Amino acid sequence: MPIATTGMTTTTTITTTTMLDYDFMRLAFGAGFAVALVAGAVGYFLVLRNLAFAGHALSHVGFAGATGALLVGIPPFWGLLGFTLAASGAMGLLGEKLRGRDVAVGVILTLSLGLGVLFLNLYTSSASQATALLFGNVFGVSRTDLAALAALGIASLLALAAISRPLIFATLEPELAEAKGLSLRLVSVLFLLIVGIAVAEAVQVVGILLVFALMIGPAAAALQLTSSLKRGVLLSVLLAVGATWSGIALAYVTDWPPSFWIATLGSALYLAALAWRRMKSGAQR
Amino acid sequence: MNAIELQGVTLRQGGRTVLSRVGATIEAGEFIGVFGPNGAGKTTLLRAILGLLRPTAGTIQVFGEAPRNGARIGYLPQKRSAASNLGLNGRDFVASAYEGTRWGLPILGAEGRREIDWALETVEARELARRPLSDMSGGERQRLLLAQALLGKPKLLLLDEPLISLDPRYQRNVVDLVRRVQRQLGIAVLFTAHELNPLLPAMDRVLYLGSGRAALGSVEEVVTGEVLSQLYGAPIEVLRIGGRILVVSAHGEIEADAHRHDGHDHNHDDHNHDHA
Ligand SMILES: Nc1ncnc2c1ncn2[C@@H]1O[C@H](COP(=O)(O)OP(=O)(O)OP(=O)(O)O)[C@@H](O)[C@H]1O
Ligand SMILES: [Mg+2]
Repeated sequence: MPIATTGMTTTTTITTTTMLDYDFMRLAFGAGFAVALVAGAVGYFLVLRNLAFAGHALSHVGFAGATGALLVGIPPFWGLLGFTLAASGAMGLLGEKLRGRDVAVGVILTLSLGLGVLFLNLYTSSASQATALLFGNVFGVSRTDLAALAALGIASLLALAAISRPLIFATLEPELAEAKGLSLRLVSVLFLLIVGIAVAEAVQVVGILLVFALMIGPAAAALQLTSSLKRGVLLSVLLAVGATWSGIALAYVTDWPPSFWIATLGSALYLAALAWRRMKSGAQR
Repeated sequence: MNAIELQGVTLRQGGRTVLSRVGATIEAGEFIGVFGPNGAGKTTLLRAILGLLRPTAGTIQVFGEAPRNGARIGYLPQKRSAASNLGLNGRDFVASAYEGTRWGLPILGAEGRREIDWALETVEARELARRPLSDMSGGERQRLLLAQALLGKPKLLLLDEPLISLDPRYQRNVVDLVRRVQRQLGIAVLFTAHELNPLLPAMDRVLYLGSGRAALGSVEEVVTGEVLSQLYGAPIEVLRIGGRILVVSAHGEIEADAHRHDGHDHNHDDHNHDHA
């Protein structure tokens, strides 16, 4: 750090390198923002609809897609997106029947992971490809990656906004919504397609195994912290962005993986919100 | 104009005929209690009136038109949504049903907010607006569901077992509330229940379903041993004691809920005596 201090005219130049001076860090923060925005908003509705586990399973289906794409020589992200979209569409068609089918969902989840392992083995790639898919690689995001993430993020947020009113109605009062002529199946398919995109995006940052922490942790915390729907969605998004950015920054400082930090912060948010709620209702008594 | 006209209506559900060639006319502004054993077809009939189920024979008319998307109908479903264990507040829950089938963001506008305020006020649930659903009692949630059913100012209310899991005091509360709202707004009400007595002061007529058939008329006409024996397909006796009605099967088994209700009331009285 060159510090020049001369008697009369004092010019003090302090040059420090902050993390934002690095291109890969700026890209990481950008990608984290795009992904967390979508994950926070979509995750809130996933929790409302009691579909947290289905969201978790979707990412695993995406693993088979991504490794299959590597095998046939197309970018893994498109394989991931294709598979999550196909699976989420199918889940949407099942609709209400999906509820309480944790065993079936779990079987598909394991099967997909198994297939992914096979594809990886056939591809005989380095283990780093697998690690990046499983645990994310936010520091490896390129400019084109970021552009794709941002475009998909904007598209899915717009789509979510477009269906949000009937989605809330169908989620809170399915019988009444159906009686008023709303197609529950249509709403369910459209929503889960958006979830498919959100999951594919989140995998880029935290990886397949930790999507749950980013999509569900902040959302579940927001549901504990406020009883207002509007504030709940906003809070969920804020917490998701906060956890992601803090996670990336902490990873830079500690040199531990960003996925570890994001998963830890996402889970910690939920636990803290739960404790806060307990304390509040305890104090009222 | 009649609120509901059923002509030779046959309803089938899951390969079984639930109601067969039922006819009934319900006038605007009437309060009808709908009774019948489990599986008699009460819910099925309401779903058909909403247009969710097509009759395999006969016609249904609601205010002179074929049922379409529950237009002009407020509905309180029997199957309660899972939302009640979420921490959402009462107002947002009620608001979700305000023009909830429109696409786009759930922005209410001044008119929507007024309508929700009105519905909450009508069911005396203003103080529930800010409380989370998960902290409410069954009766409080029931009032919110009723507020939801009133959105859009319907001319017909279909209430499917709104008394379920409420204690006798709250049951009376809900019946009084529905009666008051019905009078005030001049709307027709179909109110399904398993107990006759809580509804006696409110009903204009009763609709009894059983064995695929239906009987509509005043309590005196319909709630008789003869009519009910036919509908239940088993010998039934009807006892009237001090303004209350007991429906007794000849096998010595009193209709479960009527019995329970009676028991509750006695306990209640005893309790009061103890304190007096
Ligand atoms: N979705 C369905 N698929 C198949 N059968 C059905 C379906 N819904 C209802 N049923 C059958 O139709 C008959 C009438 O059911 P409904 O729910 O209308 O009875 P209910 O009078 O409302 O009874 P409860 O007092 O238990 O509410 C029952 O035998 C039931 O098993
Ligand atoms: Mg029923």
